[in-house]
Amino acid sequence: MSATTKNRYDVAIIGAGPAGMAAAVEVTKAGLSAIVLDEQPAPGGQIYRGIETSDEKRTKILGPDYAAGRDIARAFRDSRAEYLPGATVWNIDSALGIDVSLGQGSKHIQAGAIVVATGAIERPTPMPGWTLPGVTTAGALQILLKANGVVSDDVVFVGSGPLLSLIAAQMLKAGVKPRAIVETVPQSRYVAALKHLPAALGAASYLLKGMAMMLSLRRAGVPIYRDATGIRIEGNGKAEAVTFTSGGKSHRLETTSVALHQGIVPNQQVTRLLRCEHEWNKSQHCFVPKVDEYFETTMADVYVAGDGAGIGGAVAARLRGRLAGLRIAEKAGRGNAQERRSVTDALMREAKIRPLLETLYAPSPEILAPADETLVCRCEEVTAGDIRKAVDLGAPGPNQVKSFLRSGMGPCQGRMCGLAVSEIIASRRGEPISEIGYYRIRPPLKPLLLSELAALESEEAVPVDLADESAALH
Amino acid sequence: MKADTIVIGGGLVGAAIAYGLAREGEKVDLLDEGDVAFRASRGNFGLVWVQTKGLKMPEYARWTRRSADVWPEFSDTLLEETGVSTAYHKPGGVHVCVDEEELEEQVKILNRMNQEHGAEYYGARVLSRAELDDMLPGLGPDVVGGTYSPHDGHASPLYLMRALHAGLLKNGGRYHPNARGIEIERDGGHFAVRTPAGTFTGAKLVLAAGLGNRDLGEMVGLDIPVEPLKGQILVTERTAPLFTMPTHVVRQTDEGSIMIGDSHEDEGFDTTSKPRVMADIAARALRAFPFLKDLRVVRSWAALRVMSPDGHPIYQQSETHPGAFSVNCHSGVTLAGAHAMALAPMIARGRLDDDMAAFSARRFNVQAR
Amino acid sequence: MFKRAEETGAPALSFTFEGKPLKARSGDTIAAALLAADERIFRTTPVTETPRGPFCLMGVCFDCLVEIDGVPNRQACMVQVEEGMQVRRQSGSAEVIS
Repeated sequence: MSATTKNRYDVAIIGAGPAGMAAAVEVTKAGLSAIVLDEQPAPGGQIYRGIETSDEKRTKILGPDYAAGRDIARAFRDSRAEYLPGATVWNIDSALGIDVSLGQGSKHIQAGAIVVATGAIERPTPMPGWTLPGVTTAGALQILLKANGVVSDDVVFVGSGPLLSLIAAQMLKAGVKPRAIVETVPQSRYVAALKHLPAALGAASYLLKGMAMMLSLRRAGVPIYRDATGIRIEGNGKAEAVTFTSGGKSHRLETTSVALHQGIVPNQQVTRLLRCEHEWNKSQHCFVPKVDEYFETTMADVYVAGDGAGIGGAVAARLRGRLAGLRIAEKAGRGNAQERRSVTDALMREAKIRPLLETLYAPSPEILAPADETLVCRCEEVTAGDIRKAVDLGAPGPNQVKSFLRSGMGPCQGRMCGLAVSEIIASRRGEPISEIGYYRIRPPLKPLLLSELAALESEEAVPVDLADESAALH
Repeated sequence: MKADTIVIGGGLVGAAIAYGLAREGEKVDLLDEGDVAFRASRGNFGLVWVQTKGLKMPEYARWTRRSADVWPEFSDTLLEETGVSTAYHKPGGVHVCVDEEELEEQVKILNRMNQEHGAEYYGARVLSRAELDDMLPGLGPDVVGGTYSPHDGHASPLYLMRALHAGLLKNGGRYHPNARGIEIERDGGHFAVRTPAGTFTGAKLVLAAGLGNRDLGEMVGLDIPVEPLKGQILVTERTAPLFTMPTHVVRQTDEGSIMIGDSHEDEGFDTTSKPRVMADIAARALRAFPFLKDLRVVRSWAALRVMSPDGHPIYQQSETHPGAFSVNCHSGVTLAGAHAMALAPMIARGRLDDDMAAFSARRFNVQAR
Repeated sequence: MFKRAEETGAPALSFTFEGKPLKARSGDTIAAALLAADERIFRTTPVTETPRGPFCLMGVCFDCLVEIDGVPNRQACMVQVEEGMQVRRQSGSAEVIS
């Protein structure tokens, strides 16, 4: 694996998490040339962040599921895939040409197939006080622990989802006790989730892990508040307390660190940029790109592996990456149908736990319908009330609302508000969110220096033909 | 409920006319497409620009000037009625020239405009590099001079759109999204417009559907030969106030973003952003203002200008279908003042003023013969 | 408050935040190093000049923007600390010309 000046590859893979790494291994094993582009300085994605540098002690804290990333990263490093860390993809064109920013200049890469393995982001969680310093996503605290061994000793975890208790349990193992867990899961959900239990028993190990985590938190005396509502984060200039109602009583917990989590959702920026078709996944409560059984999108030769194709977890992400890779190889006449079928079977087993999780941990109604004065677009500081007023002016969807209010026009380019904005419009208009749609995404995918853009070199696009032997790695 | 006038097209052109008609006391139905449409208005650069406009058509030069003259009152009225500021400023505007050839061309244009309209009326003047340095920050070494017009200014196209929509509702008009005009029929003395959101009827009809006017025009006996001309613009992150006035390619918004325009590409109906063109736009802006290099582009936009064969607007009432008007232009912001405050009253009266005859699309038929 | 959960052998780096000398470990992002020093406020917003700090730490929220060695609007969670870096809070809209 070495960086070269080469710019034509059979396969370009965006993202070096489990899906991207697995896809890279499969396609290079089949003899195709591949490049993996990733923003981070080391492979692993967010799930295996810091996997190559985490020492024994930290790896033990993070648990065996995290440690499993070591072998995946090693196999990736041993593969013949070229790896370009610190690389920010800022455009992809319809001929599968990719513009990548390397900080000091852009590189243009021409691919025969693209695997989008950009994973998930945390669902936007608009609530009073969520922009105060000291308030982070729960995932942010896990990244700090994985990559830097940094922890906070008075965290109040707020929200729902398996990640919430996982991260709380990891902090406990790291020697700091969370201040509390404030769960937003309504009681009724437990009943609704029951019918998915028999199927989930097919993935009993996940259930057992979840129970063990909760047990460890309870044993350590971490207060767990259930069915919390009316949640507000208070503070003057930074987070100072969380207030809420639970069990018929009001509570106020003082803290300097609040971690929010309402599940994760596909990072849609790349597939939206490419104008792939997306659909609303009711169970996961988010948009997902339409894919076929091999995770190919509605755009030929563009695949979405990993959580970007709908949340499935790290193990599924790796399997999806393999499957996409095997499919690409198969299309290039280097297939292994038997292996492909075994991966498909494993994916089916992996999916068994999802209906239970998705029912139990559906997003809290409060964040889906924030109060008028709550900020929704963090960058441009647009409130839920502003959005409702724009809808009342007749704005039929997020793009007109964006025009009227600038929501989604800031540097995060709508990542932190997109789903919430669509949700608010849908409920105000009384239309299904599938009809409301999402922001249109245009380049640059991340803010790009004007000097770098101006220095872009011109090149005639010559598509890479996957069946053409000359393009392959030999 | 039958409308006095149905306006097809909820962009800047249609919304300005609908707003103007509602202010005239008409019952107006504004029919628009859904959330995703060609929407040239969203890709507008935001200049209220007079200099160089109408070089080959004096009527267009005067019409543009008329709009710029009415803009201050127009913007104030919108603010008063809706509470939405269009962020309009009229500090004048500069065409910055980065080589002698461009400057010569600008001077030539200025002289011809002075000849046609009189220097006092046209009001623009040539600026030396030294004069420019006093007006604009951090000019690059290539800048040789420019031209300045006190009638130029700029506004936020997006806030203007929002203000027009709010103003329409305020004045009793109705806005219908997801109501693209599919078919137009004459129904007795009325026009019936069939849309996915139902059929709307009105005594008069204004086609302001941009490129859609081509097909819609045919339904009411109008030949509207408009073609798309793509333009891309770049928008940077917010920065502290730097520019006191707009230039023809770079302007700073009230929010602090720098807008950088724009391209002219003949690419049919393709609205994707193209890195090659974006790079050219960036390079040209950096030649004039090198210090912008450290700013990041946060957004880009590509939209289709609605171009007539000579680039000038089309305003016309149908002969076969009296009461049906077609309105086309590619200067939705500049001309918004005139559209709301001058053209709408004409349409309300049912007749375009005589001096608007030059804007009829019949001019293209004559040329063809 | 935030702190290091463990001691490692990672070499220490020196940098400054608002002129104040701070230590980081090799491999730390600026955001991680500042949080480890229990710094919460990284910038004020260009719209209302209210304080913000890191939110996602994975490069998507752009709330951790700081000025690094005079260059504004840089994501503290995506830039690794280098010896001698001078980091400042970004207040409101960045300036690109003086």
